[in-house]
Amino acid sequence: MAATEAYRITERRRMTMTGAEATAEAMRQIHPDVVAAYPITPQTDIVMRFARFVADGVVQTEFVPVESEHSALSAVVGASAAGARAMTATSGPGLALMHEILYVAAGYRLPIVMPVANRALSGPINIHGDHSDSMGSRDAGWIHIYAENAQEAYDNLIQAVRIAEHPEVRVPVLVGQDGFIITHGMEIVEVLTDDEVRAFVGEYQPERYLLDVDHPMTVGALALQNSYFELKRQLAEAVKRSARIIADVGEEFGRLTGRYYGLTEPYRMEDAELVIVVIGSTAGTAKDVIDELRGRGVKAGLVKVRVFRPFPARNLRDLLRQARAVAVLDRADSYSGLGGPLFAETKAALYGLPQAPVVTGYVYGLGGRDITPEMIASVYDDLGQLAERARTDYAAVAAEAALSVRYLGVRER
Amino acid sequence: MPTLKELARRPNPLTGGHSACAGCGFPQAVRLVLMSIEEPVVVAGATGCMEVTTTTYPNTAWTVPFIHNAFENAGATISGVEAAYRALRRRGKIDREIRFVAFGGDGGTYDIGLQSLSGAMERGHRFLYVCYDNQAYMNTGIQRSSATPYGASTTTSPAGEAVPGKIQRRKDLTAIMAAHGIPYVAQSTIAHWQDLTRKVKRAMEVDGPAFINVLAPCRLGWGTDPAMTIRVAELAAETCAWPLYEVDHGQWRVTYVPKQKLPVEEYLRPQERFRHVFQDKSGQLLAAIQRDVDEQWEALLAKAGQSVDGKAAARA
Repeated sequence: MAATEAYRITERRRMTMTGAEATAEAMRQIHPDVVAAYPITPQTDIVMRFARFVADGVVQTEFVPVESEHSALSAVVGASAAGARAMTATSGPGLALMHEILYVAAGYRLPIVMPVANRALSGPINIHGDHSDSMGSRDAGWIHIYAENAQEAYDNLIQAVRIAEHPEVRVPVLVGQDGFIITHGMEIVEVLTDDEVRAFVGEYQPERYLLDVDHPMTVGALALQNSYFELKRQLAEAVKRSARIIADVGEEFGRLTGRYYGLTEPYRMEDAELVIVVIGSTAGTAKDVIDELRGRGVKAGLVKVRVFRPFPARNLRDLLRQARAVAVLDRADSYSGLGGPLFAETKAALYGLPQAPVVTGYVYGLGGRDITPEMIASVYDDLGQLAERARTDYAAVAAEAALSVRYLGVRER
Repeated sequence: MPTLKELARRPNPLTGGHSACAGCGFPQAVRLVLMSIEEPVVVAGATGCMEVTTTTYPNTAWTVPFIHNAFENAGATISGVEAAYRALRRRGKIDREIRFVAFGGDGGTYDIGLQSLSGAMERGHRFLYVCYDNQAYMNTGIQRSSATPYGASTTTSPAGEAVPGKIQRRKDLTAIMAAHGIPYVAQSTIAHWQDLTRKVKRAMEVDGPAFINVLAPCRLGWGTDPAMTIRVAELAAETCAWPLYEVDHGQWRVTYVPKQKLPVEEYLRPQERFRHVFQDKSGQLLAAIQRDVDEQWEALLAKAGQSVDGKAAARA
C-alpha cells in the first residue's frame, strides 16, 4: 500500500525526468487494461518502469511480457479486439518486426496506442535516434504523432488515447520521440494529477468486442476483391477525419494544461521568409538558432510537423505561403535519390501554390549523428542564398532546389 | 463424458456453408473440440485453410467469437485475448467464465508460428491450442512443412528419380510442447471422437496452457478418397504412425494401444502422396518408413512406461 501511495500524484508537479520516464508515467496514469511489450533499446526504460508499476500493485494492468515485438503487437491486437484498452511500446528494429501486424491493427480499426522511441534501423546495427523506423511504417494506416521533448512525449501519449478511441477515428496511434535525445535526456516535465489524466482519457467503452460472447463477431475475415478496397477506403477516410479530432483534442488539452497542440507548430512564422520544416527534437535546437538569427535581422522561421499522419498538407500550405525559401529536414532517407519522405510530401503539399517558395531538402542525423546549431544556421545561410538567386531566376532555382538533397553533417569522403 | 448424440445436439460453433473441400478434416477437429467445451469460448485462428474457408467476408461460419490476426501469431493473439479477459474480470467488467481456444494448421503451428506459440505457453496463459495437423502447407498448395512425414511427396518435396519425397523426419511438436512443462499436452485424431472430447475436457480442467495435436487428413494433399478421411485418420492410429497419447502434468500415457498394430503400409497405401513408396521395387523406402514408425512408437511406450498390451510395464 505504501508503494502505491508513493506513486500517486494528487497535485500537479514539475519533475525532472527523461522522456522514457515521462512516457511510463503517462502510461501509469492512463492505466490501460493490457500492456504487452518486449524490451529494446532505447524503449527499455518505458517497459521496465511499467513492469515495476505492475509489480508494486500501482496499476491493475495485465502485463504480458512477450517473447518478441511481433508477439507484442499481435497480443495487443488480440487484447484490443477483445475489448481492452491496450498498449505496447517499441523502437527501431522492434517496430520493423511488427511491420506486418501494424497493417492488421489499422485494418481492424483497433484504437491501440504505441509509444515509439525512434531508433535507426540496421544494418549496420545502431541503437541511436533517427526516424527511419517510423518513416518505414508511415503507410500502415496509423496516426503518427512526434514529440519535440519529454513534456510533449508525455502530453502526446495522453492525447493519443482520446484520438485513437474517438468514435469517428478508431485508428491506432504511434507516438514518436527521438531515441536517447528525448528518451534519455533529463528535462523538467509538468506531470498532471492522476485524476486529471483519468478524467481526460475517460473510460474505454468499445462498441463491439470479442469478449461480448452473447454477441459473437468474427474479427479479421478474409476480404477479397469485392470488399477489401472499401475497408481500406474507410480507413483512409478515418485517418483524414482524424486531423480535426487531433486538433480538437489538442485544444481541449490546452485548456486543461495551457499547452495547446495542433498538427503543426509554427515558430516565429508571422513574417518569416526563410523557413525550416522539421520533425522532433531538432525543432528545439532550431528555435534557439532562429532567436539568434532574428537578433541579427534574419527573417527565419520554423514549422514543426507534430503530426505526420494524417499529413498536414493544408497547414503547411497556409504556413509556407508567404515564405521565400524552405528547407525540409529529414532524419530518414527514402533512398529515392530525392532525400526523405517529409521533403517529398512537403513539396507535394505546396504544389500549384501561386508564388510557392523555393523548397529544398536535407537529410541529417542518421544513426543519432548530432545536429548542431551551426549546422542549422548553415541551412538558413543556404536558404538566404537560394532566396536571393530566386529573385532573378525563380523557375530555374526552384527546379534545382526541388530536385537536390544535401546531407548535413556527414563526411562525404 | 457426453455421448455422440448429446454432442451432436450442442450448438454448432461452425455452421455449414463454409467452403472447405468435401472430405476435409479440419471442420471435424473444430466441431469436436468446441462442442466438448461447456463454457462460452473465444476462438483465435491462424491464417490457413480453416480461416480462409470459414470467414469469407461478409460471411462467417463461426457462431462463436472468432479472431484471425495473421499466419504466425495465433499463440500471441489468443494470449492477448486471455490477458484482456483477466484484466476486465479484475476490473469487474466481465463476470462470467469464458474459455479460450486457438486453432492453427501445422504450418502456422510447427513452423512459422512456433515462436509465438512457445512464448504463449511459457507465459502460462489459460488457453487450449489445437493444431489441426494435415502434415503440409495445404492452403498454398501442398508444400512440405516440418510436420510432413518421411517419404511423403509434396509440391516442394516431390518424389522424383533422384529424391524419394521428403527425406527428413517429422518434427515431434507434441513432445516439444510437453517439454514446455505445461499442464496438459495430447495427441489425437479427428476419427477418435471419444478420445478427443475426453482430452479437450481435461484440457479445460487444468489451470494453465494446454496443447492438443489433432491429425486432420487433407484429402487433396494426401490424395485420398473424400469418403476415406476418417478411415485414414483411424489407420494412422491403428498403425501407430500417429499414436494417441497425453502428457498430463508430466505423466506420459498412451491412450490407445491397438490390439494388433497394423503394418504402416495399410495407412500409406490409400494415399497418393506415398504412391512412389509402392513403386519402389526394392521395398527399401517402405521398410525405412516402417522402421521409423516402430522406433518412435517404442520410444513413446518406453516414455509412458507402457508395454504393447497397453499395461504398465514393470518398473525396476
